[in-house]
Amino acid sequence: MTPEWIFGLAGVLAAAAPLLIAVVGETFSERAGVVNLSVNGAMLLAAMAGFAVAVRTGSLELGFLTGAIIGALMALVVAFASLTLRQSQVAVGLVLALLGRDLAYFLGNPFMGMPGPRVGALPIPVLKDLPVLGPLVFQQSPVVYISLLTVALAWVWIFRTHPGLVLRCVGERPPAAFVRGVPVTRIRYTYAVLGGALVGFAGAAYTLDLKGGWQGPISGIDGIGWIVLAITIFGGWHPVRGAFGALLFALLQWLSLVLQPSLPGIPSQVLNVAPFPLMIFALLLTNLGNTEWVQTALSRLPESSRRFALRILRSLQVSPPAALGTVFEEE
Amino acid sequence: MKEILLPRARPSRWIEFGFQGLSVLMALLFTTLVLLIAGAPPIEAYRQVLEGAFGSLKRATDILVAWVPLMLATSGLLLTFTAGLWNIGVEGQIMLGAIAATGVMRALQDTSLPPPLILILAMAAGMAGGAAWAGLVGLLKIYGGVHEIFGGLGLNFVATTLILWLIFGPWKRPGIGSMSGTEPFPERLWLPVFPGLRLSPWALLLALLSIALVYVLLRNTYFGLRLKAIGKNIRAAHLLGVPTARYLFLALLGCGAMAGLAGAVQVTAVYHRLIPPISSGYGYLGLLVAMLANYRVSWSIPVAFFFAALNIGSIQLPITLKLDSTLSGVMQGALVLFVLLMQGARARWQPKSAVETGDDA
Repeated sequence: MTPEWIFGLAGVLAAAAPLLIAVVGETFSERAGVVNLSVNGAMLLAAMAGFAVAVRTGSLELGFLTGAIIGALMALVVAFASLTLRQSQVAVGLVLALLGRDLAYFLGNPFMGMPGPRVGALPIPVLKDLPVLGPLVFQQSPVVYISLLTVALAWVWIFRTHPGLVLRCVGERPPAAFVRGVPVTRIRYTYAVLGGALVGFAGAAYTLDLKGGWQGPISGIDGIGWIVLAITIFGGWHPVRGAFGALLFALLQWLSLVLQPSLPGIPSQVLNVAPFPLMIFALLLTNLGNTEWVQTALSRLPESSRRFALRILRSLQVSPPAALGTVFEEE
Repeated sequence: MKEILLPRARPSRWIEFGFQGLSVLMALLFTTLVLLIAGAPPIEAYRQVLEGAFGSLKRATDILVAWVPLMLATSGLLLTFTAGLWNIGVEGQIMLGAIAATGVMRALQDTSLPPPLILILAMAAGMAGGAAWAGLVGLLKIYGGVHEIFGGLGLNFVATTLILWLIFGPWKRPGIGSMSGTEPFPERLWLPVFPGLRLSPWALLLALLSIALVYVLLRNTYFGLRLKAIGKNIRAAHLLGVPTARYLFLALLGCGAMAGLAGAVQVTAVYHRLIPPISSGYGYLGLLVAMLANYRVSWSIPVAFFFAALNIGSIQLPITLKLDSTLSGVMQGALVLFVLLMQGARARWQPKSAVETGDDA
C-alpha cells in the first residue's frame, strides 16, 4: 500500500514542474546577462494562447508549441529593445508583463471555462512499480518528466560543456568573451529567446496540464511569473538550486493546504497569498548578508558566534552574473 | 572625443514628431491586429471607445473621475522614478490607502463628529496607510537588500488578499460577505460631487495640488535636486554626501502617501465603500503614464487624461461588442511599448547632434 503522503508529495512535484521549467528558462536568460521581466505576462499569454490553440486544433503538441513561440517572441522583444535599441530592460520587461496580461484576458475571453484537451498521466513501464519512487516520480504527467530532464540538462549544459562556459563568460565578463571572438550580443539573443521559449512552454503547462483549462483572471496563474523571477534569484542562477527552491516553494504551499484544517484561526485567503510573503522572505534571506547593517552587526559579535552566523548567511547568499542587465558595445 | 551637443538642432523637432507619430501608428496597427484576431470589427471598436469616452458630458466628466486617482498615483511615481526606483508596489499602496480610509470611516461614521472632519481624517489615514505600505518596501530594500520590484509586487498581492479578508471577515456586510464589498457609508459622509455627476471638485482639487506639489518639489527644491542626483547616479550622490538611504525612503513615503490618497478618494468619493478591485489597476497604469510622459510632470497630465479616456471608453465594450474591457490595457501597453522602441530606434540610427538633452521636470 502506498501511504497518503506520497501522493501529496507527488502532487508537489507536479505543481512545481512548470515552475522548474520557467526558472531554468529565466536562469539561461539571466546567465547571459538579459533580465526578462516579462515572465508574468508571457506565462499568462502563453497559457491562454496554448489552450486556445489546443481547443481549436485538438492538438496538445501545437498548444505547447504556441506557448513556447509566444514566450520566445516576447523575450525577443525584450532582447531587441535592450541589446539593439539600448532601452531599459526593466522598462520594456515591465511593459510587456502588463501588456501580456491584458492581451491574455482580452483575447482569452471567449475561451473562458471551455472544455479542452488535457495532458494525462504517463506511467513509465517497470519504473512505475518501484516502491515509493514509482508513485512519487514515475506515474506523473510528461510535463513532470520534461521538467526534471530540463533541470538536469541545464546543469550539464551550463557547468559541464564548452558552450555553457561561453554562456557564463558572456554574463560575467562580456569584454573578455568578446576579445576571444565570442559574438556576445548574438549569444545573449540566443539564450534570451531560448529562455523565453521555456517560460512560454511552462505557461502553457498550466492550462494544458496542471489546472486544465483557461478561467481568465481567476485561472490562478497571475503572479506566478513574478515568483519565477524571485526563485531564479533565490536559486543563485543555478538550475539545480533553482529547482530546489521551486520544489521547496511548492512543498510549503502544499503543507499550508494540508495544515489548514488544523489551523482554524487562519482564514483561507491568508494561506492563498502565502507564496508572496514567502517570496519576499526568500529574497530577504539571500540578500541580508550583503547589507551594510548586517555586516556592521556581525563585526560586533564575539568571534565564535560570528563565524557561525557568517557561515549561514554565506550558504544562502547569492551573487548575480556580473554583467546582468548591462549592454555590451561590440565596437 | 565627445562631440558638442548643439542646442536643439532645428530638424529634431520634426523628426521627434515623426517618430512619435510613427509609434502611435504602430501601436494602432498592433491593436487593430489584436482586434482582428479576436474577430472584432476594428473601426467599430475604436468608434465605440471614442463614443464611450466622449459621447456625453457625463461620460467626459467620468474621464476626470478616473483621471484623479491615476494622476495622484502618477504624481507619486514621478518622485520614485526621479530617485531611480521602480515602485511597482504603488498598486498595493493605493489599496492600503483605501483600507485605512475605510477603517476610519467605519470607526467614526456613528459618531457626532462633523462629516468634513471625518472625511479629512479618512484622507489623512489613507495617506498614512499608503505611506506605511511604501515604507515597508523601503525598509525591505534598504535594510534587507530586497529589490523594490519584488518587495512591492509581493506586497501588492498581500494587499489584495487583505481587502478580500476584510470584506469577507471583520468588515463583512450584515448577514453574509460578498464581492460587492463592505456596507456603504451613510450618504452624509460621501465626498460632495458636482450635481448630477460623479466628479467631486474636492478630489479634482487634490489631484491638482499633488501635481503642483511634485512639480515644485522636483523643479525648485534642494530635495528634488538631490533626488535627481540619486536617480542619475546613486554611488556618486552617496560619495558627494547625499544621505541616499533617507532620500530613497522619503521618495517612497511621498509616493505611498499620494497613492494612499488616491485609494482614500476612491473610497470616499467614488465607491463609498471598500470593494475588491478598489485600486482599479491605476497604480500599474500610473507606471505606464510616467514612462510615456518620459517622467515629466507636465507631460503626464495629458497622458493620464488620455489613458483615463481609454479606460472609460472601454467600459461599454463588453455590452456593445462582447469584447473584454481590457482592450484599453492592450492599447495603453502597446503605445508605451512602441514609444520605447521608437525612442531606442531614434537614438540608435539618428545622427548624435540632433539628440536633445532636455531635462526639465
